[in-house]
Amino acid sequence: MSAHVRPGWMEKPRLATQAAKAVALAAVVLLVCVPFLVIVSTSLAAPREVVANGGWVLWPEHPTLEAYRDILDGGIVTHALAVSAGVTLVGTALSLFCTVTLAYALSRPGVFGGRPVLLLILFTFLFPPGMIPGFLLVKELDLLGSYGSLVLPVLVNVFNLVVLRGFFQGIPEELYEAARLDGAGDWRALWSIVLPLSKAALAVVGLFYAVAYWNSWFYASLYLESDHWPVQQVLRTYVVAGSGLTDTTTGEATVNAPQTIQMAVLVIATVPILLVYPFLQKYFTKGVLTGAVKS
Amino acid sequence: MLPGLAYFLVFHYGALAGNVIAFKEYVPFDGIWGSPWVGLGNFRRMFEDAEFWDAVLNTLWIAVLQLVFYFPVPLGLALLLHTLTWSTVRRFVQSVAYLPHFVSWVIVVALFQQVLGDTGMVNGYLGDAGLHTVDIVGNPDAFRPLVVAQVIWKDAGWGTIIFLAALSQVDEQQYEAAAIDGAGPWRRFWHITLPAIRPVIVLLLIMRLGDILSVGFEQMLLQRDAVGPQTAEVIDTFVYYRGIVGGDYGFAAAAGLFKGLVGALLVYAANRVAHRLGEQGVYR
Repeated sequence: MSAHVRPGWMEKPRLATQAAKAVALAAVVLLVCVPFLVIVSTSLAAPREVVANGGWVLWPEHPTLEAYRDILDGGIVTHALAVSAGVTLVGTALSLFCTVTLAYALSRPGVFGGRPVLLLILFTFLFPPGMIPGFLLVKELDLLGSYGSLVLPVLVNVFNLVVLRGFFQGIPEELYEAARLDGAGDWRALWSIVLPLSKAALAVVGLFYAVAYWNSWFYASLYLESDHWPVQQVLRTYVVAGSGLTDTTTGEATVNAPQTIQMAVLVIATVPILLVYPFLQKYFTKGVLTGAVKS
Repeated sequence: MLPGLAYFLVFHYGALAGNVIAFKEYVPFDGIWGSPWVGLGNFRRMFEDAEFWDAVLNTLWIAVLQLVFYFPVPLGLALLLHTLTWSTVRRFVQSVAYLPHFVSWVIVVALFQQVLGDTGMVNGYLGDAGLHTVDIVGNPDAFRPLVVAQVIWKDAGWGTIIFLAALSQVDEQQYEAAAIDGAGPWRRFWHITLPAIRPVIVLLLIMRLGDILSVGFEQMLLQRDAVGPQTAEVIDTFVYYRGIVGGDYGFAAAAGLFKGLVGALLVYAANRVAHRLGEQGVYR
């Protein structure tokens, strides 16, 4: 890593400027990190400590995993996590498949209807159909209450499509010609030439899809019954809106869940994002930039 | 390509066609196509509806606040990061700043509740210091600054990416030549850096303008209950409550269609203006 190289022509900033920059940067880092720290600490504290401190803890004196044990002990949160994980996995796979095949077709010259189809798609970006028609469509297609309603209406993201298409277009034409001479069809070319060369772009787009599926809650609140909810919708209901957690086995509502449990749900819903973040971080600048520059 | 294409045809153009219910009175039993036509009746009702105009006004308020207070932040942060020569620090700050973008709105709202809410951290400190506590999260008067702060927290870091990309494409030699000619840091900033990233700034402004009627649906919906509809009702939540909660589908679809049309028109108009001024704009 090339740390600290100043071009010869650039003068060294004055001390005051440097101090101001340092303060600004530290503020950015703290503003992002402190809220997360409070959440994690509170989830790890003993309920009594949290109550004594007025609802939050910055540094737990007696850390305990009790809250996590409670929510992962079967019941609504465990189920919601399974739903979220399933929807994220299946949804990401389907989305990637559709996006890749469409992006590939649109990146090759001479595929039927190339440009009109592209314009048709870009138009949906400029003019989204709207919430009510979307809702009624899902209803008429009889998708209400099925997990398909979380995936199908958001199957292909135009931004991701444009990023991948741009990336595919950057692959040298000679490679395609060589493949054709070897007798490879479009599927073969896509599978053995294009995909291996686009790992970085695929990783970014795939992770964007995965993050979107993991974070989604609104469609679930529209289309699904509460016992099929993914984790974000559970979080919304029991933490943000403050309803009591229901014990799924007895169906009885308990009064407001203790702060520690609420925070533990929050942490668990965030952890997968934090886990994929380093991978995302590695690729996305490159991937996003290809897209941003092209469009 | 067929599955992807089928998706666009069904879920975008199919739904787009579903907008005909804006001109109908939707009867669930008869379906979209069987319901009776009412012409522009839904639109007439909408324009006479005081709550609709309140929602429009709220939307514009929040959009303007975001434009004034949010828009410059990523730009400033990007310029700050760009002047850092110590790449380790730079990369670290970037990683931290991008992170909140990937966290869901549910979590962002919960975090803000936890830090700024009634029993949150800030109030805890204020109380300990013997000062007045302020409930920011449930207070309608504080709602607008609050949502802008949330947007800044969540997306300002992410927003720097595009500015940083534009900045990195500025030719180093121009800076060098200017420095040799005796131009100080401010002059270089004014005459090289700003002109170089102006197209990107214009582009983003146009895109924001097209989005001016959609300000954070999820964000508003999550917090509407806490502060009430007077300040938190935006066009999107209005459509949601009237249509999906209230069952007045045709009416809500009309409001949604109105929003879509105005948004598309705004992008078109802004793009024309940008071309007039010699900028590239979003599309040609």
